[in-house]
Amino acid sequence: MSHDHSLNPETMPQEPEKATLEGRNKFYGLWFFLGGETVLFASFFGTYIALRNSTAGGPASTDLFGLGLVFAMTMILLTSSLTSVYAMYHMKNNDFKKMQLWLAITAFLGLSFLALEIYEFTHYIIDYGFTFRSSAFGSAFYTLVGFHGGHVTFGIAWLMALMVRNAKRGLNLYNAPKFYTFSLYWHFIDVVWVFIFTVVYLMGRVG
Amino acid sequence: MSIAATQKRGFGAFLWDYITTVDHKKIAHLYLFGGGFFFLLGGLEAMIIRIQLATPENDFISAGLYNEMITMHGTTMIFLAAMPLLLGLMNAVMPLQIGARDVAFPFLNSLGFWLFMFGGILLNFSWFMGGGAPDAGWTAYAPLSTQSPGHGVDFYVLGLQISGAGTLMGGINFLATIVTMRAPGMTYMRMPLFSWATFITSVLILFAFPALTVGLFLLMFDRMFGSAFFDVALGGNTIIWQHLFWIFAHPEVYILILPVFGVFSDITATLSKKRLFGYTAMVFATILIAFLGFMVWAHHMFTVGLGPVANSIFAIATMAIAVPTGIKIFNWLATMWGGSITINSAMLWTLGFIPSFTIGGMTGIMLASAVADYQYHDTYFVVAHFHYVIVGGTVFGIMAALHFWWPKMFGRILHEGMGKLTFWLFFVGFHLTFFVQHFLGLMGMPRRYWVFLEDQGLDTGNMVSTIGAFLMAVGVVIFLINVFYTWAKGNKAPADPWDGRSLEWAISSPPPYYNFKQTPLVRGLDPLWVEKMEGKGEITPAEPLGDIHMPNSSILPFLISLGFTIAGFGFIFQVDHSAYLILVFAGIGLALLSMLIRSLKDDHGYHIKKEELEREAD
Ligand SMILES: [Cu+2]
Repeated sequence: MSHDHSLNPETMPQEPEKATLEGRNKFYGLWFFLGGETVLFASFFGTYIALRNSTAGGPASTDLFGLGLVFAMTMILLTSSLTSVYAMYHMKNNDFKKMQLWLAITAFLGLSFLALEIYEFTHYIIDYGFTFRSSAFGSAFYTLVGFHGGHVTFGIAWLMALMVRNAKRGLNLYNAPKFYTFSLYWHFIDVVWVFIFTVVYLMGRVG
Repeated sequence: MSIAATQKRGFGAFLWDYITTVDHKKIAHLYLFGGGFFFLLGGLEAMIIRIQLATPENDFISAGLYNEMITMHGTTMIFLAAMPLLLGLMNAVMPLQIGARDVAFPFLNSLGFWLFMFGGILLNFSWFMGGGAPDAGWTAYAPLSTQSPGHGVDFYVLGLQISGAGTLMGGINFLATIVTMRAPGMTYMRMPLFSWATFITSVLILFAFPALTVGLFLLMFDRMFGSAFFDVALGGNTIIWQHLFWIFAHPEVYILILPVFGVFSDITATLSKKRLFGYTAMVFATILIAFLGFMVWAHHMFTVGLGPVANSIFAIATMAIAVPTGIKIFNWLATMWGGSITINSAMLWTLGFIPSFTIGGMTGIMLASAVADYQYHDTYFVVAHFHYVIVGGTVFGIMAALHFWWPKMFGRILHEGMGKLTFWLFFVGFHLTFFVQHFLGLMGMPRRYWVFLEDQGLDTGNMVSTIGAFLMAVGVVIFLINVFYTWAKGNKAPADPWDGRSLEWAISSPPPYYNFKQTPLVRGLDPLWVEKMEGKGEITPAEPLGDIHMPNSSILPFLISLGFTIAGFGFIFQVDHSAYLILVFAGIGLALLSMLIRSLKDDHGYHIKKEELEREAD
């Protein structure tokens, strides 16, 4: 409702994401959703931990994982979380241009992460013949890391849709909660990756 | 608006209205209709099972069809009947009880329903295509489920995945609604017990369903894409399925029972004309049951061989749940004690519930003993136990709630005579059917067997059980007649037929589509009763009359669900021919496109103008 001035204040309130009932609903709704997502990933982690040594004679984690690439991916994703925090900072100051800029950087970092992940997977498949069907370890690895990658992909698509849709009209109290809930989701994806880095790659080096 | 609403409309417009509705009261009707339909289907399957088991070595149906029958009976009753009926009641009642005009996410609410409905329909298509229905039991243990030929289990996986996603959305929606949309003065500790139960049940849904989602994904990948989670030859481990399944399915039984605990609490207080005894204890018992419910899943796996330490821990945790449950039983009894009790259909179901559920709870304690469970495991003793809690608890609760809130939901009162007849037939039939099964189980009759032999002491018990099942069926048929009779010429319901205590009885039956003309001000526990005691009889408004904001209807939830269902068929049949992948892409494309439209198109809803509300008052 562009004619509704209550949604277009001169200065943003303290917490624009929670200034309207719709905003509060989105805020709490997304937090609850992340609670469910936590159980989802916990179940994938549990499955992975149970099967991580079930290589059935195929490649094992100690043969496959090198830390260099994964460390770069970790840094990229952590940085993208930071840039999304900057974007939210500018959102609260009602500075739409700067928010879009930092969100664009976030999206770029997310895409870089995805590119490296795709490279990593092809490397395992082509150089080691390690696939989704090689062993229970293979199934568990690609499922856990792949679901995370799928979440990153969805997050980037979500962010792009938000940025393009609102590019012309700027920030208001109707779309501020949308940007904010995206940033929450993005932090969650980042936290999951930290666990993947630890459980899959660091523990995988030790065998 | 009001004029348009009262005009006679064609059936097409009526259908379109329900397909696109985002009104929680209409979504409740849809849930009750869908859940009721699947309840009849699951009941039919139960009757076929009981006919097969009426006499020894019967061959009413083949062994293979029998396996499909027991699988579909369990799956249908749990996922497609009991849960949606409860979600329907929650949708109908909870927003009214907390004084809200709608739920937090009306769009998501509609999406949740359509995902459930399409998932259920997809699952039942397995009867007609792909070589038969799923036949690996409702628990679908690997490797039985990974090895099951045909597409039956594929339908199970996709059907439950789609309907499960819908349930998860319903849970998130209720949680956000209760957190953000309670009326002024409606503090958490003033919420009616049914709203509390909705809240805690939603927490259970939120944390339990994702485990099923993951289990179903693993099973789907193993069956359709050649992964090796449950393939022991490639290092897989079948026990993972059991863990994931029961991490979901034990909380699931509390998802089925906690809402009806709420129902019975509200009914007992209202129809005894007394404030609920031990309100605070009731709330904390609900929370404690939910919490403990997540710690006991391995009591379904005592015979797997997890070892004495694990078995002992899970046995003790399981027995501990009897404590908060016992608190509830005694609080209901204490609420009735000295009350002025109205014995109507709703109260009869409540009175029938207490001893029936207590018997189920006692056999639960017996089963919790890990050593004894080696004898009970996979016998009819277990079948008797869970039917005592799920039928004696959940089904009794749903029936009580339907008789209690029918006037509020549909504006007419169910016929009392038929209501009482339904209760007595069902109550007697229920105990005939399942009480004897305890002894059949103790005598060694295994569950899920197609036939039993003659002269092993099982003949009479099974015949009695089948006769009981027919009595229950007659009870259900009379209830259906009652529904049609009431629809055609039942008595119009007043706003407050039971001398109610909570907010839903403060507005007309059925409520206007915006629920409360003015948001109510809640001044204590049992807010309507508080006002009655002060001689006012109506709720104090918390705001002056003003414009009311309403959400817009949308066809998109239907389209999103349709898209995922088309993709579901594609996933199932792409194993036979890769051309079916087209369905996968088309279906997911439709779903994603609809979601994108939802995201990009601003939807601010509309306002009902103050003047219009004033006109309606005249
Ligand atoms: Cu259990």
